[in-house]
Amino acid sequence: MDYIRAFLVGGTICLIGQILMEKTKLTSARILVIFVTAGVILGAVGVYKPIAEFGRAGASIPLTGFGYSLARGAIEEVQKNGIIGAFTGGIKAASAGMAAAVFFGYIMALIFKPRTKN
Amino acid sequence: MERSKEEEIKKDYLKMAEKVGPSSSFLKNCAAAFIVGGLICDVGQLVMNYFLSLGIPKDEVNSYVAAVMIFLGAFLTGIGVYDNIGKHAGAGSIVPITGFANSVVSPAMEFKREGYVFGVGAKMFVIAGPVLVYGISASIIVGLIYYFIR
Repeated sequence: MDYIRAFLVGGTICLIGQILMEKTKLTSARILVIFVTAGVILGAVGVYKPIAEFGRAGASIPLTGFGYSLARGAIEEVQKNGIIGAFTGGIKAASAGMAAAVFFGYIMALIFKPRTKN
Repeated sequence: MERSKEEEIKKDYLKMAEKVGPSSSFLKNCAAAFIVGGLICDVGQLVMNYFLSLGIPKDEVNSYVAAVMIFLGAFLTGIGVYDNIGKHAGAGSIVPITGFANSVVSPAMEFKREGYVFGVGAKMFVIAGPVLVYGISASIIVGLIYYFIR
């Protein structure tokens, strides 16, 4: 059941991205920026929470989920620590992903050579 | 006998090629994005269930899953597999967090010859940089608004 929900929610979010790319010719970089920002906004207004509870990994793996955890982190940290939480909360909540991207990204780029594109 | 069969196959092939032409490529791409994106999320769900079974608390498990999926995305990009998936899957491989890892590793590898500081170190963030700028800034704005209106 977990897997069906994750598949449907994750697949649908990716489908939205594909439709955007086909209809607007947005580059992949812009898609990623739009999706992370959309995740922050949807998380802030409370729309993403039920999606995350229903889809679980299907909602947290797409980049909108990264935005959602940024927004949720900022809000929770403001509740705990006041205004400074707006600056610390988002990055704290998303820190594992960011650190992993920097570290593993760097290591993999060192180890492997680029394939020639054909 | 042999020849007529061959011609038949050719005809069938042409018919098929027509069908899969630009008119239906939109639907095909959408289906591919949906399926591949869904499958990547299922891998994420598998990883999540594994960590939950180890007793990792629910509110921390997302960090574990994100780190593992980013590792997988970065590794598959390194060995050249991820870009092959991406050729067919479009947004299905871009939108998941593995695609974020791919966007870090690809330019970093590509620009290695420009050195380890301005090549690898700087080009890693060609796409990831804007994502972080907009994501983090938006979350700070959300936090500030929440502080003032709560």
